[in-house]
Amino acid sequence: MTTSNLHPGPNLGDHHGEAHYGAEAIVFGFWVFLMSDLVIFGLVFASYLTVANQMGMAGGPGPAEAFDLRSVFVQTMILLTSSLTFGFATLAMRCNHGRAAIARWLAVSLLLGIGFLTLELRDFAHMIDVGAVPQRSGFWSAFWGLVPLHGVHVASGCLWIGVMLAQMAVLGMIPAVKTRILRLGLFWHFLDLIWVAIFSIVYLGGLMP
Amino acid sequence: MTDTLFGRLDLSSLSLWHAIQTPTPSELIAAGAAMAVILGGFGVLALLTWFRLWGPLWRNWLTSVDHKRIGIMYCALALIMLARGVIEGVLMRSQQAFGLHGGFLTPEHFSQLFSTHGTIMIFFVAMPFIAGVINYVMPLQIGARDMAFPVMNQISLGLTATGAALVMISLVLGQFSTGGWANYPPYTGADFQPGPGPDYWIWSIVLAGIGTTLSGINFAVTIYKERAPGMQFLRMPIFCWTVICTSIIMVFALPPLTVAALMLAADRYLDFHFFTNDLGGNMMNYVNLFWLFGHPEVYLLVIPCYGIFSEVIPTFSGKRIYGYMSMVYATMSIAVLSFCVWLHHFFTMGQSANINAAFGIASMAIAVPTGVKTYNWLATLFRGRVRMTVPMIYAIGFFYLFVIGGLTGVMLANPVISYQVHNTLFLVAHFHNVIIPGVLFGLLAGYHFWFPKAFGFRLDERWGRAAACLWIAGFSFTFLPLYWLGLQGMPRRSATFSDPAFQPVMWLALFGAALILAALTCLAVQLWVSIRNRDHLAVPLGDPWNGRALEWSIPSPPPAYNFAVLPQVAARDDFAMAKADGRTFAEPDAYEDIEMPDNTAIGMIVCVCATLMGLALVFWIWWLAVLSFAVMLVALIGRTFRVVTTHVIPAAEIAAAHRAWLARVQAAPAVSRRDETRERNRGRAMLERPTTPEAAE
Ligand code: HEM
Ligand SMILES: [Cu+2]
Repeated sequence: MTTSNLHPGPNLGDHHGEAHYGAEAIVFGFWVFLMSDLVIFGLVFASYLTVANQMGMAGGPGPAEAFDLRSVFVQTMILLTSSLTFGFATLAMRCNHGRAAIARWLAVSLLLGIGFLTLELRDFAHMIDVGAVPQRSGFWSAFWGLVPLHGVHVASGCLWIGVMLAQMAVLGMIPAVKTRILRLGLFWHFLDLIWVAIFSIVYLGGLMP
Repeated sequence: MTDTLFGRLDLSSLSLWHAIQTPTPSELIAAGAAMAVILGGFGVLALLTWFRLWGPLWRNWLTSVDHKRIGIMYCALALIMLARGVIEGVLMRSQQAFGLHGGFLTPEHFSQLFSTHGTIMIFFVAMPFIAGVINYVMPLQIGARDMAFPVMNQISLGLTATGAALVMISLVLGQFSTGGWANYPPYTGADFQPGPGPDYWIWSIVLAGIGTTLSGINFAVTIYKERAPGMQFLRMPIFCWTVICTSIIMVFALPPLTVAALMLAADRYLDFHFFTNDLGGNMMNYVNLFWLFGHPEVYLLVIPCYGIFSEVIPTFSGKRIYGYMSMVYATMSIAVLSFCVWLHHFFTMGQSANINAAFGIASMAIAVPTGVKTYNWLATLFRGRVRMTVPMIYAIGFFYLFVIGGLTGVMLANPVISYQVHNTLFLVAHFHNVIIPGVLFGLLAGYHFWFPKAFGFRLDERWGRAAACLWIAGFSFTFLPLYWLGLQGMPRRSATFSDPAFQPVMWLALFGAALILAALTCLAVQLWVSIRNRDHLAVPLGDPWNGRALEWSIPSPPPAYNFAVLPQVAARDDFAMAKADGRTFAEPDAYEDIEMPDNTAIGMIVCVCATLMGLALVFWIWWLAVLSFAVMLVALIGRTFRVVTTHVIPAAEIAAAHRAWLARVQAAPAVSRRDETRERNRGRAMLERPTTPEAAE
């Protein structure tokens, strides 16, 4: 179907005409932005790792007292699924399955994103209950600097999906809307990737004996 | 102490209030500066109203998304901030000249001075000036119509202006940080500096830093995606290569700064313990994050200036650049190495000797590509027909001073020496020695070189020469003596000293600072004189210096769409080649409609909201912070609902303008290089073949 690949990631394809060709610079720019965001996460991870030890915990609670692995695992599954459903939305757009199909998949991703955030907030509340607050120690400051940073990204992703649903309704599938959904997709998958790192390094790593 | 409406902002925040209560010299100087900001601000508003300039200013500048206008606004911002930065530098030198057991400033005030001076010079002089020159020149050199993201470009400018505005406001309301330009915690934490100072630093840096990251993305994408047909990477002017490297640094090195500053904000506002002394905080994390930004930053600043010299030197030698490929490789290696050496900024802070050795060697390695570049510039001069115009005077100053600075850098990269001169004036001498000849001279050379392109008239040559010579002499007298003082053990950042042997050297340095002040005055006078004489200095035809790259092939100032027809690039230094084969100034077969982005107010909305938000955060006015953020967010989202954001310039209009200009070029006599600084020069340079065979290279 597609003949020219103008940027990394899913391309709309020649049959999308202007939207496809116009995406080249815009999506490339978004990749560059994601690289910069990746640096931010990398550094916040690094800061976390330097204080993930007894000294950083300063006699306060440690991961074992505060983490609920079951809940985190469910969150992981939800977020991974939302990436899959977002993939379906992108495919529906690329194959011209119509506005309704795209909107449906976007809405499912949005709900999964909100579900993820709800569970995450519940976990945070539990941590506050057991005294694992950022003011307690350098370790918890670093944790609260890292995990909610991802959460804020997911929340902005949700807001962005909401805006796109509104634009699809108001403006229709004009080229600008299409390229925005392409970029939103990259953003959403990127957040998945960061989450996998958080799950493995912070949660699994923290609970390892 | 804090109330809901005004947070912690009250009468005692006004610096004028302090001066009325305790009129010491320090307070009076602070109050004078505050008055200067207030009167300057009102003066500008009054003049704009008097001359009825609000409309044109709004329509042609503040809402413009044209990369050329945005570039000019960046440079204007930088020059205004330069004036403040230099005055502060001179003030500090005066304090130290009288500083044997005293002086006229309080240590507190002196600390604020070096903190604002360093912050301003790096973030609000050097960075905007560079962003401005890149914005103006790079799209023209690659044959593009605009930046890849014109609206984002305007927003970047807005955020940079926000940062500068916050630093200026700190003169009037509250105080700035006393923690230096790096603002190290725990000293800048809430325990030691509870006041608004470090918060001013945090928010001006964070907001301007986001703007710079966005600029980096914009520059990189523009070069990757918007080059004219035939403009292969290896045909680009060296300046564009330096822009790629700089934008890569912007994209990767600004995030560490943002992260460090926001973590510090969390410590200060929310009682986090990232960098505190107690409860598991670790200030070494800050130091690492900061210098992970800070070292690449100095290359972010100097690399584009290398690029400027690589345009100026070949042009005024009448030759092409020597060793193009080695120039490209050297630039790339410097950009990569700049990320590998950050630890040399804290050799004395307790890491092992092996780590120090590794980072010392990596630091010294940068001297290799830098040396390659220097040899290439010299080889370009060799047997060229060199004209000593103002940019060339800066280049000569750069050559010999920058080499001294670079050599002392290699000294400092040796941990053993670093231990010895740590935190002394030796360091201050070193970094000014690279940053003034390297960055500032480069930018001033670029300012003289491209000014006629931007405004259609040249800058006055005589005042320019005076300024350049005064800068070189002033720099040498101010900073070279500091090497000696540093070796003798005079610490940096100290308001006073107790060894009378330092006194005469301090006076020498003050003399130098006076010369620098004179240089700055000459620059101001030059601008004024040139504007007054602009009819005599006019070069509307566009090529006053016998230029080599595409920006010289169009009228001055260029039309909004830059190129009537996108150039078809066939070679490196395409315009110079075209002049040699007589391909220039031919009428194109056909003209086409050009689609250009519309003006928009979004950058101004972001700028105003972000400034209010920054102020609100500094003074804990929470409702205003939330409100201004919300307005900004709504405006940005609202903007994405606009469908039509461009307008079309009809082909006929373009054809008429272009034909008229071509006719004027053809009618004008070509001017030889001997006459390029005379009135005869209207911007059509004569092609003069080099006289020696080597120079043809
Ligand atoms: C033009 C005349 C200038 C003068 C007279 C001057 C003078 C000074 C002085 C007296 C200090 C304080 C040294 C100390 O701590 O003891 C200083 C610090 C500094 N200057 Fe300059 N300077 C000038 C230009 C510049 C420029 C162009 C830049 C950068 C673009 C710059 C960047 C800095 C920085 C980063 C610091 C360190 C601030 C800190 O300690 O945190 N200066 N300068
Ligand atoms: Cu360094």
